[in-house]
Amino acid sequence: MSKAHVYKRDHINTDEIIPARYLNTDNEQELARHCMEDLDAGFVKKLNKGDVIVAGDDFGCGSSREHAVWAIRGAGVATVIARTFARIFYRNAIDCGFYLIESKDAIERIADGDEVQIDYDKGIIEDKTNGQRIEFRPLPDFALEIIKDGGLLEHIKKRKS
Amino acid sequence: MAMTITEKILARASGKKTVKAGELINAKIDVVMCHDVTTPAAISMLIEKGIDKVFDKNKIVVTPDHFQPAKDIKSAELHKRLDEWAKRQKIKHYYKIGKAGVCHALLPEQGHIRPGEVIVGGDSHTCTYGAFAAFSTGIGSTDLAASIATGELWFRVPESIKFILNGKLPHGVYSKDVILAVITRIGVDGALYKAMEFVGPALKDMSMEARMTITNMAIEAGAKNGVIGFDSVTKKYLAAHLKDKKAYKVFESDADAEYSSVEEFDCAKIEPMVAMPHLPSNAVPISKCKGMAMDQAYIGSCTNGRIEDLRIVAKIFKGKEVKIRTIIVPATPVIWKQADDEGLFDVFYKAGCVISAPTCGACLGGFMGILASGEKCISTTNRNFVGRMGSPKSEVYLASPATAAASAIEGKLTDPRRYI
Ligand code: SF4
Repeated sequence: MSKAHVYKRDHINTDEIIPARYLNTDNEQELARHCMEDLDAGFVKKLNKGDVIVAGDDFGCGSSREHAVWAIRGAGVATVIARTFARIFYRNAIDCGFYLIESKDAIERIADGDEVQIDYDKGIIEDKTNGQRIEFRPLPDFALEIIKDGGLLEHIKKRKS
Repeated sequence: MAMTITEKILARASGKKTVKAGELINAKIDVVMCHDVTTPAAISMLIEKGIDKVFDKNKIVVTPDHFQPAKDIKSAELHKRLDEWAKRQKIKHYYKIGKAGVCHALLPEQGHIRPGEVIVGGDSHTCTYGAFAAFSTGIGSTDLAASIATGELWFRVPESIKFILNGKLPHGVYSKDVILAVITRIGVDGALYKAMEFVGPALKDMSMEARMTITNMAIEAGAKNGVIGFDSVTKKYLAAHLKDKKAYKVFESDADAEYSSVEEFDCAKIEPMVAMPHLPSNAVPISKCKGMAMDQAYIGSCTNGRIEDLRIVAKIFKGKEVKIRTIIVPATPVIWKQADDEGLFDVFYKAGCVISAPTCGACLGGFMGILASGEKCISTTNRNFVGRMGSPKSEVYLASPATAAASAIEGKLTDPRRYI
């Protein structure tokens, strides 16, 4: 079971997810220590492995730094559920084999701290705290293929061989 | 089938006669731009996966810029990894310190950007190069690794929004004011996943430098790419700068191409704009925000650190002194030298500014001009997110070089039209 960390905000940007002052490294564990630091300094402390982030529109906008995905993944976040994602962040996540969920209503129906269970294949988020079921459209096939292969580079290697 | 310029370029790159918005394609890449933040990670990935090769050593352009010259030990290590790789792979266009500059100012200046081509770079503002009737977009490290190794990348062909820029820019109003007005109208995700195509008579009077300021900020509206058609201004710039003089292919949108929407602007009515914290879409005319006290002025970046920008600033500073910390960062060594030759540094020195080496520096809160908590900075850069230039409690106000310069002189947000 995962806990939902809900940020009722649009345009949460990559500067907030991983500030540029930490971009002098690409080590995932180092980056993870500062995940979401400029938005919520207590985030990493309260996070348990497998928890999820829930947010509004345009999550991950701004810089192309894949460090944002690494910081989130490295911190132990299982997935991000947002109303929409910024383009480069979305691409980066798929390329890294990190699953993202686009959902129009999750932000309205899941409260901060709720326990959620996600069925990625069927496209269902169950909020165990309030009993609601939220459906989402699983990622398109080509993205699932990349994720299944373990990211874009593995995918390319497999395809070429 | 009628196509937009973006569709035509992507059709060529994917070896197809036609492509349509929404289609997934595999495109051949003409140029890959690499810098010091996102590329070292891409290199490590390639080594780790056992595919440490480059698709074409002549088509990769490398320039450290974000933390250049190295600001600390960790960034020095990034530079070292980049340097070792560039040498080992015999990258032809590797701009080392002394020749290195802010990537999006450097590549066009050094003649790497050609119309009709596909350019990707490990940086969100790679969309800048669309000013040359090219398709260019920013990518992360994994995509970068894939591009470096294979010279190909998957894309979803974007829908296009057409922006018609009518009228003539009034005195003291610049392309930066136009793009801030555009983003403020449509919002920071107003062009999410889409192409922003700029057309109209106002562009005719704009130099390539001014046009690049517009396409540079397409990402600030969430766009995949920004694009401006080819004309005599483009042609002249290319004739003076292109490395490879072989013929390039010019594409233009068909008259009946499909757009997801069309936005019209009367540029004659645009005022100098200032984007309030913490979104580029929070711009208001200077008349609505003038008088607000600032602590620092920052003039530089891939948006407005070119020679034309520095000339505007010098004109305003001539014979005057600044009231607040003012940091000037010419974007490339060529611009730096030109500014020096033209006597602009003399003006900046006398006005009390500090002049930096070419670097991204404080634009991204890297170094050389970081803000303390509670401080406000008027900046010619492109992003004013929380903590962008330093403390999460500092504030960044985006404006044109003219507005930044006038504000530096008065120490508060100031209408530049009084000074020019
Ligand atoms: S100048 Fe600023 S916006 Fe431009 S590439 Fe450098 S950090 Fe990015």
